[in-house]
Amino acid sequence: MHRFALAGNPNSGKTTLFNGLTGSTAHVGNWPGVTVDKREGVYKKLSEPIAIVDLPGIYSLSPYTPEEVIARNYILDEKPDCVINIIDATNLERNLYLTTQILEIDVPIVLALNMMDAVEKRGDYIDEKELEKRLGIPVVKISALKGVGLDKLMERAHEACEKGRKGKTVIEDLALQHLIGDIKIALEGQGVHNPTFHAVKLAELDELEVLMHKDTVNMVEAFKETHKDEIFGDDFEALVADARYKYITKYFSPTLKRKNKEKFIVTPSDKADKILTHKIWGIPIFLVVLFAIFHLTFSENFLFLGGFLSEGWVSLEGTAFEGVFGSGGINSPGVILMGLMEVLTGTIADAVGVWLSTSPEWVSGLICDGVLGGIFAILGFLPQILVLFLFFSILEDSGYMARIAFILDRALRKFGLSGRAFLPMIMGFGCSVPAMINTRTLADEKEKLATVRVIPFFSCGAKLPILTAVSGAIVAYFGVGNVDLITYGMYLIGMITALFAVVLMRETTLKGDTPPFIMELPSYHAPQIRNLVMLLWDKAKHFIEKAFTIILASTIIIWVISHFNFSWKYLPDELMHESILGGIGQLIQPLFTPIGFGVQLNGMGWVFAVAAITGLIAKENVVSTLGTLAACLLGSVVNIESDGGISAVSIMIQNTGITLPALLAFIAFNMTTIPCFAAVAAAKGEMANKKTFNWTLVFWIATSYIVASAIYFIGTAWWAMFIYIAVAILTVIVIRYINAKRVSKEK
Amino acid sequence: MIKTLDKFHIGESGKVLAVSGERKIKRRLYDMGITNGAEIYLRKKAPLGDPIEVTVRSYELSLRNSEASCITLEVNPNA
Repeated sequence: MHRFALAGNPNSGKTTLFNGLTGSTAHVGNWPGVTVDKREGVYKKLSEPIAIVDLPGIYSLSPYTPEEVIARNYILDEKPDCVINIIDATNLERNLYLTTQILEIDVPIVLALNMMDAVEKRGDYIDEKELEKRLGIPVVKISALKGVGLDKLMERAHEACEKGRKGKTVIEDLALQHLIGDIKIALEGQGVHNPTFHAVKLAELDELEVLMHKDTVNMVEAFKETHKDEIFGDDFEALVADARYKYITKYFSPTLKRKNKEKFIVTPSDKADKILTHKIWGIPIFLVVLFAIFHLTFSENFLFLGGFLSEGWVSLEGTAFEGVFGSGGINSPGVILMGLMEVLTGTIADAVGVWLSTSPEWVSGLICDGVLGGIFAILGFLPQILVLFLFFSILEDSGYMARIAFILDRALRKFGLSGRAFLPMIMGFGCSVPAMINTRTLADEKEKLATVRVIPFFSCGAKLPILTAVSGAIVAYFGVGNVDLITYGMYLIGMITALFAVVLMRETTLKGDTPPFIMELPSYHAPQIRNLVMLLWDKAKHFIEKAFTIILASTIIIWVISHFNFSWKYLPDELMHESILGGIGQLIQPLFTPIGFGVQLNGMGWVFAVAAITGLIAKENVVSTLGTLAACLLGSVVNIESDGGISAVSIMIQNTGITLPALLAFIAFNMTTIPCFAAVAAAKGEMANKKTFNWTLVFWIATSYIVASAIYFIGTAWWAMFIYIAVAILTVIVIRYINAKRVSKEK
Repeated sequence: MIKTLDKFHIGESGKVLAVSGERKIKRRLYDMGITNGAEIYLRKKAPLGDPIEVTVRSYELSLRNSEASCITLEVNPNA
């Protein structure tokens, strides 16, 4: 089967073209070793099926970003039968810059002039026949969005791939031509493929080429000694880039006939930007957008209509859909979808429960509570994950995301992050899973890793019940503070931990300059439904796959160890304290002494540890496990539905004698420790190798331990605060000193 | 008048004379079309004064002041 590769700039409509060509045959994976998406599919409308590979969006074939290296190595090493180079016709010069580099490779190329409708709307015109003649490759006008010209594009690509092509360079500088010619002859002598491409890159002293062709480098260096350019000196990288743009402006730009001759025209996009990135209004507008997204996804009082409704008319009391669309207020779309999912999973669970009612207790327990309970707990998040993800994809697609990064970059730079890192972190307040997936928009691997690691510290929706139950019990039992204040304070501690951890990582293990911010601000355009649907479908598929594999397996393990004792006898819920998990909890109890729920609770501290462990399935489980264990202690059922678990936690306080600081430490521990399995799986998907992933787990455990113990000690003896502050300052000074020393050594 | 891009005022434009700085940054600037002779127009600054947004080769590019300081331009008169 012939293989065609799609190459082009970001925002050139490449994904739309890919979806248009491959339709339902598309599937997404990762390029090996990196977390860059690899899309593949099949085009079926020619005499033979053609495999289509979508290369990452790039501006150049330089060796500096993983995307560029992937695209470059793919075209050079995997030798596709044809490269379809898609061009944003409204932005001809910069898009053709990449073309001039691909032209140097021995591969058939077809140029797809996309977004011609936008060009024509401006009253401009591109003479594609002339452009075809000057480039020496077929040029086809298309509209990827409307699906116009795609078949013709594929026909011409098919013709081109039969003919084959030799690479040629557009560089006209005489001295350079001379050097490139010499290197090329030398490379051909060594039997190197794509000699033109490698010769040009060697002349630039490209990092990758220098490593590959060590013996030829001397040639370049000797040449540079004798041929200093009067403008660029011996910076041949600049000379080559300059030569490309010179050629483009001289030969290709004239094929564009512009109606408006002004140099800097004001587009509709610029007008929109006048408001959206306004000096004063830019940030407030962004905050409103952010609020709207969270409101649409999580609110149970949509548009604050609750007060205007007569009690109960949306709640559908007594039907299967009770409460799905709202009770009191109207639910937001995200909550409605989640409610529908619960109705569906609840119906299935009930049916299975009836079906298994005659089988042994452990079988129905394992299947209903372990397997189904686990899967449904995870699937219950899916609607809101997808809704949240949809909104953020719309922001990305429409071009607004780039503006958000633009507005916020300055504020985030202090933490060694770029403006793009803000959104994934904020999304963490909703759900860590889409937030972690969204870090894919971060170009720098180290920045991305640091961001993924701290996302769980932005306490997600599922952790809120822990906060309200424990702080509610604190207020009820100790009679101090205020639930909202404690909740707010814990959120704040999470955020401070995140920022502190980011700075620490960026100064030590994930050191690197703040990634550059030389970034295109693409024109605004309406997001494309088809692309969004395909993206969401893909994410949902990935999530469900994971829910049924790693997440399910881990969930079953935890269920089994919490429902069997060491002699493999099944235990009902109310005997959880006799289970393997209970045993393990009692065994590892001393480990929790520094965070307040260890041996000082007279052998009862393990209940909190066990609750935290079951929280790995889904953080909601923390409170329900406390409820179950409270029932074990009390010997009667404790209802956690009616008061959100406050009474369950109160019983725990009464029976264990846990102190107030220890309770706060317990909240902090759950907030900053390993997130739920779904988030762990998402994090794993964003990491290039196993080692980083393992260190991430260590990082989470260490952070939660440090933060929780700090809260416990400071809460128990306030002067301990000074010790922690002193240690923190000392750490900063030592790291700064070591870094400064290393910098001066390098110089 | 000759000055670096970070010293530009909103609405000013100029022609690139030279690009300096670290190799990686320089290469990125070239790749994005900031080469000698290219015309750059400073469209706006972010609410916190940094980064900046410019028009170059008829598209919008954002860059930080630190990166803009690598670009030296001849300011266009009466812009």
